[in-house]
Amino acid sequence: MRSKIEHGNSTIDVLAVRSGRARRQDIGKWVLTGIALSWFSILILFPLWGIFKETVKSGLSTFVTSLSTPSSLHSFMLTVVITTLAVAINTVIGTIMAVVFARQNFKGKLFMESLLDLPFAVSPVVAGFMFILLFGPNGWIGSWFESMNIKIIYALPGMVIATLFVTLPFVAREILPILREFGREQEEAAATLGASQWQTFRRVTLPSIKWGLAYGVTLTIARSIGEFGAVLVVSGSIINKTQTATLMIHDQFTGFNYAGAFSAAMVLAVVSFIILNVIHIVYEKKEKKELL
Amino acid sequence: MSGIRVEHLTKTFGDFVAVGDAGFSIEEGELAALLGPSGSGKSTILRIIAGLERPDRGKVFLTGKDVTSARAQERNIGFVFQHYALFKHMTVEQNIAFGLEVQKKKKAFIKEKVDELIDLVKLNGYDFHYPSQLSGGQRQRVALARALASEPRVLLLDEPFGSLDARVRKNLAHWIRDLHKRIKVTGVFVTHDQDEAMEISDKIILVNRGRIEQVGTPHEIYEFPRTKFVASFVGNVNVIDAFLEEENIFIKGLPGGPGGQYFLRREETGPETNNREHGDIVLLARPEEIAISKENGKGNAFPGAVSGVHYRGGFYEIEITVGSNHVKSTIDKDIFLEQPLEKGEKVYVRFKQYKVFDAPEGSRKVHAMLKQLGYIE
Repeated sequence: MRSKIEHGNSTIDVLAVRSGRARRQDIGKWVLTGIALSWFSILILFPLWGIFKETVKSGLSTFVTSLSTPSSLHSFMLTVVITTLAVAINTVIGTIMAVVFARQNFKGKLFMESLLDLPFAVSPVVAGFMFILLFGPNGWIGSWFESMNIKIIYALPGMVIATLFVTLPFVAREILPILREFGREQEEAAATLGASQWQTFRRVTLPSIKWGLAYGVTLTIARSIGEFGAVLVVSGSIINKTQTATLMIHDQFTGFNYAGAFSAAMVLAVVSFIILNVIHIVYEKKEKKELL
Repeated sequence: MSGIRVEHLTKTFGDFVAVGDAGFSIEEGELAALLGPSGSGKSTILRIIAGLERPDRGKVFLTGKDVTSARAQERNIGFVFQHYALFKHMTVEQNIAFGLEVQKKKKAFIKEKVDELIDLVKLNGYDFHYPSQLSGGQRQRVALARALASEPRVLLLDEPFGSLDARVRKNLAHWIRDLHKRIKVTGVFVTHDQDEAMEISDKIILVNRGRIEQVGTPHEIYEFPRTKFVASFVGNVNVIDAFLEEENIFIKGLPGGPGGQYFLRREETGPETNNREHGDIVLLARPEEIAISKENGKGNAFPGAVSGVHYRGGFYEIEITVGSNHVKSTIDKDIFLEQPLEKGEKVYVRFKQYKVFDAPEGSRKVHAMLKQLGYIE
């Protein structure tokens, strides 16, 4: 090709080569886009459409009645309660952990920090069994609570603990890098100006990490609502007692009550959609904040 | 009374001794410079005074009071960080008010004080700007106003002009000098720039490898350096390989040597010589302390050849080869033009002033040190 260009009558040759290459690039682009879109459809759009279609098929009245049964209402209430508790506790604990990891130096810090990701790596079912061993009536800690007449496993406390475990990393992992990036200078400046540690945190550190914190909190909410495996193991999925929304869907589905299962699934899908949008907005804000 | 006094300060990070047994005192109302090359421990000393770093050993006194165990927020200091460390999410006004607010001062008082400080640092009209909307110099002035708001006992500045460009840096340095004269707060600033230290401080504390090399006025430091390090770090200096024989100094590489033709009667003794009778030494002389003439007038001069002539704006810098040494001298423009010098011309150099330091290891070590500091190539 190069020799042709050097030989005078080259323009047409060059153009031909270029357009051929461009056409091949175009085809490549379409193929890649096609793969991405089909995969997206198969994995996300079709299932969503399926849930929607199944719900509509059985009609609005079925949708309302299957959701307003006492056991269904109870399961949604339970999900709300567990989510609220898990988010509240993990927001505070997660923030404290991030501050400690970012600001303190102690032996075994690196090891502990790597353990922070354990809930991501361990299967929730395995986590559930861990808690049964620990908090069960014959467990190491559970037997003590048993003697105090407090039930943890197959009761609300156990379910909250399981949810806390699986959602532990979100807040801490989100704000840890922000805290590191933020550095100590502004906090040191606040200290030299006479601010106490609490004043420094509230007025200097918190405003700088708030969007990261918000992002971590939304992720925690989404995960708490959707948690299934760990909660299934520690709760026993007792109707009207320890059955959350996801457990109820599973229960109805395996009991061939498809209408009920799809109705509840529809509600969770809508909630997820809302959370997804909140996450998106919060994430944009966070990114913008970090660019400043 | 001393505004700041530190005694036997020692701080190590792992195996690295950042500060080793440092002690000095700064009078009340004085503006002192902690001067030293980077990594010399000067910032660590400042941070220990502020309470941002805890010393392994030693004591810190502020206005006569032992504050060694007090936390930063209890010391009533003003600290200006190299990278400003302004609160990004607060306006200029909120930044300055921060210290007063956390001390729960009355609203009206805060308002008055903030207005006064904005006026002082000449940022009128910028009250509601955020730090990201300000230039480097403006940010530094906000940082200064913030540090001064609660009327601190001492003002500590960590490389305050380090991240500003040359012109802003000079202006701000002089402005701080004037400001300090007006408000008379005890101040310490850290710098690695000897000109800056010379120009704006009352007292220079020279730090090298975590130790205090010398404390004195800029004049004392420049004219009477006590160590090779001080002599070479402050101002430009020529390092000349020489040899001491009884009371005579011979320059290496010149015909002569012991019993030779060209020598200098030893008059001055540097503090680092042990009054040895003979041996390798180095002669330190600043460019302006070396005179060049075309004839060997009064004697006591060494022959050399001009190896370079450079116009430096207002003055000429002349490079001369003397024996195995290269020395630099400066000549005022007018004097040079009356009697111009050319490359290759034979001349005589005379040392109007010089310091003698022992260099049993030859001048190599001194050269290595100067190279490390970036004073010679």
